[in-house]
Amino acid sequence: MLSRHAPSPKVVSSLSTRVLSSSACATSRIASFAPSQQTRGLATVQDAPPPPKRVYGGLKDQDRIFQNLYGHHGADLASAKKYGDWHRTKDILAKGHDWIISEIKASGLRGRGGAGFPSGMKWSFMNFKDWDKDNKPRYLVVNADEGEPGTCKDREIMRKDPHKLIEGCLVAGRAMNCTAAYIYIRGEFYHEATVLQRAIQEAYKDGLIGKNACGSGYDFDVYLHRGMGAYVCGEETSLIESLEGKPGKPRLKPPFPAAVGLFGCPSTVANVETIAVAPTICRRGGSWFAGFGRERNAGTKLFCISGHVNNPCTVEEEMSIPLRELIDKHCGGVRGGWDNLKAVIPGGSSTPILPKNVCDEQLMDFDALKDSQSGLGTAAVIVMDKSTDVVRAISRLSHFYRHESCGQCTPCREGSKWTEQIMKRFEKGQGREREIDMLQELTKQVEGHTICALGEAFAWPIQGLIRHFRPELEARMKDFAEKNGGPALAGGWQHNALEQGKLIAPGQ
Amino acid sequence: MATKLAPQLLRSSFQPLRLASRSQCRSFNASARSSSDALQVHRDTPVNNAKIPFKFNDQNNKLIDEILKRYPPQYKKAAVMPILDLGQRQHGFTSLSVMNEVARILEMPPMRVYEVATFYTMYNRSPVGKYHLQVCTTTPCQLGGCGSDKIVKAIEDHLGIKPGHTTKDDLFTFVEVECLGACVNAPMVQINDDFYEDLTPESTVALLDSLAESAKAGGTSHEVGTGHLTGEDKNVKSGKEVGTAKSKVGVPKPVPAPGPMSGRKTCENSAGLTNLTSPMWGPEVFRKDL
Repeated sequence: MLSRHAPSPKVVSSLSTRVLSSSACATSRIASFAPSQQTRGLATVQDAPPPPKRVYGGLKDQDRIFQNLYGHHGADLASAKKYGDWHRTKDILAKGHDWIISEIKASGLRGRGGAGFPSGMKWSFMNFKDWDKDNKPRYLVVNADEGEPGTCKDREIMRKDPHKLIEGCLVAGRAMNCTAAYIYIRGEFYHEATVLQRAIQEAYKDGLIGKNACGSGYDFDVYLHRGMGAYVCGEETSLIESLEGKPGKPRLKPPFPAAVGLFGCPSTVANVETIAVAPTICRRGGSWFAGFGRERNAGTKLFCISGHVNNPCTVEEEMSIPLRELIDKHCGGVRGGWDNLKAVIPGGSSTPILPKNVCDEQLMDFDALKDSQSGLGTAAVIVMDKSTDVVRAISRLSHFYRHESCGQCTPCREGSKWTEQIMKRFEKGQGREREIDMLQELTKQVEGHTICALGEAFAWPIQGLIRHFRPELEARMKDFAEKNGGPALAGGWQHNALEQGKLIAPGQ
Repeated sequence: MATKLAPQLLRSSFQPLRLASRSQCRSFNASARSSSDALQVHRDTPVNNAKIPFKFNDQNNKLIDEILKRYPPQYKKAAVMPILDLGQRQHGFTSLSVMNEVARILEMPPMRVYEVATFYTMYNRSPVGKYHLQVCTTTPCQLGGCGSDKIVKAIEDHLGIKPGHTTKDDLFTFVEVECLGACVNAPMVQINDDFYEDLTPESTVALLDSLAESAKAGGTSHEVGTGHLTGEDKNVKSGKEVGTAKSKVGVPKPVPAPGPMSGRKTCENSAGLTNLTSPMWGPEVFRKDL
């Protein structure tokens, strides 16, 4: 859930300007030569024909992977088999790890936990040179510690389609030649854990997992492990720490989990959704899955739309669907109409907020959101209408990250507290304009200086707020000044604190 | 020399005066960071000290054997989290004696168990009421539905307690928690193991009333759910039954079934389905060359 899923905005902007300016130069040079030189030499690169305009979205029901998303069918083994789960799993396993990984690579599946790392490549890291000479056990760890505010997709998979996940464990486990899978589910999901445990027992009883899984001659176990309410355990190394029975504090990488992971053995951590779609991709073919969405952003995705929409819901849609269509079609629109929209957090709490003018044309995929200086994250769309106190919304997120910081790295432990305190003041406008710059600088100092991505996760929402809603912050400060007889001094002191004889920071 | 010193002397003589005239001095304070809302250190109380004996009952001992089978034998301590949870379910909260007993069973230093128990927020290291109300107040819940502010206010007004407190009759403990992962069904409250979603202030008060009534009718027995270990829990519905049950099984007075309180089944569009309306596909769509 926690991951570095967008580059620093500065890098993006500098990159795009560089690319733009150079291409602009090139075209002008060509244009000046064009009338005299029509023919091109062999060395000239041919311009590719413009790609056909495609409209994304409008996924058909027969292409939805999670057919039981709304719980209309049973979650038991018999119902699961009816809609295609466990269908010829033995044959998939018999194809071997290379075939499964190539199929996943062909599908273009990118990790659904937030980082968007190509899954096929990640899985292939497990089959390093001479892996088969090593007799250590190997583990697949499924990250079901869904804690990112706004995200509630894995929960729906686990309580309604548990067999998709268990079969996914087996298929992905086979691709990585794992001996067992641990599903780390967050502790609050007691019902989901029970349904999943039930499904695991059914699968064991039916011989689908365990010794000689599905009759393929391959031994594979699936275990369930409940977390106990720590957001930071959604980070892969802290999840491993937690699974080993320690406080969930992230480890330094390298060594990466594929080399030294759970119990010191090679392991890979993957999100529930990534694992759950794997069997269907293998059965329907990688090219089927790759047919959805834009290039490099293939597939279908579960979107959770919460906040100020008329009918919030979780829905499986095609990647690259326009944000507006997603909200209008599946959620009954924004409360009070599209024009009442103020901002959207497009991918769970740790992605920067987007104002309405960006949302109008926004496509929902990894690259398009990265270009808008945000990220797809877990595709948890939090919608805010005009009535929202956007500063308070972000300030509440700062409180969340302060609460969930594990306390291991100083920039995150202290920075999350400072930002929370500053944001609390900014809610009321109790601050100075230069403190906005100070807050921005503070978040920049945290970013990249922590072991895990929680540092970025609490820095980005604030950076997004400052980027798009700075006038609102400043207006609030003006308002505060009017109401209190003068602008607050830096640090939140009253304008006449000095006269009151209070010891305040110098240089005011 | 004297002329040079004079301003210094003057200044230093004024300093105490200035200090005395100051109405408020700001002191530096540094507080220990706490990941859990509760106090990080242990203080002996009559209900929580090392002298209170604690033993797992027979049923839980069997479950512990089951749990230990899930982890490699040389990594017994990986089982510390599920076993602590089991202890909490048996004892009502994670007391010092529960932690010590878990350390003894897993042959690990007690301090390693304390570290785990203080790190994770779901271990209650002080007693909680029969119903542990955990209201999510993170941004999606703050925005969605009627907003969690109203739910918090409704609970505060109804029970007369602030977040972090327990009612006098030890029935309800009310806390504000961070995102519980049911954002589409906001606002929501977790009561012990159950999620109650799509709340309004009215339905929240009605829910609290029915819980209080059922507690009066049913005595004080503590519900111990172990479905996450055994897969058996009558109150947990799966598949088709989700959202259809009218009340929870096994309590003398009916309490609303966990799930959305608005009549919605789960996470679908409440105004009618926008997708998944056509008949489901099966093996016929799969590739033939498998």
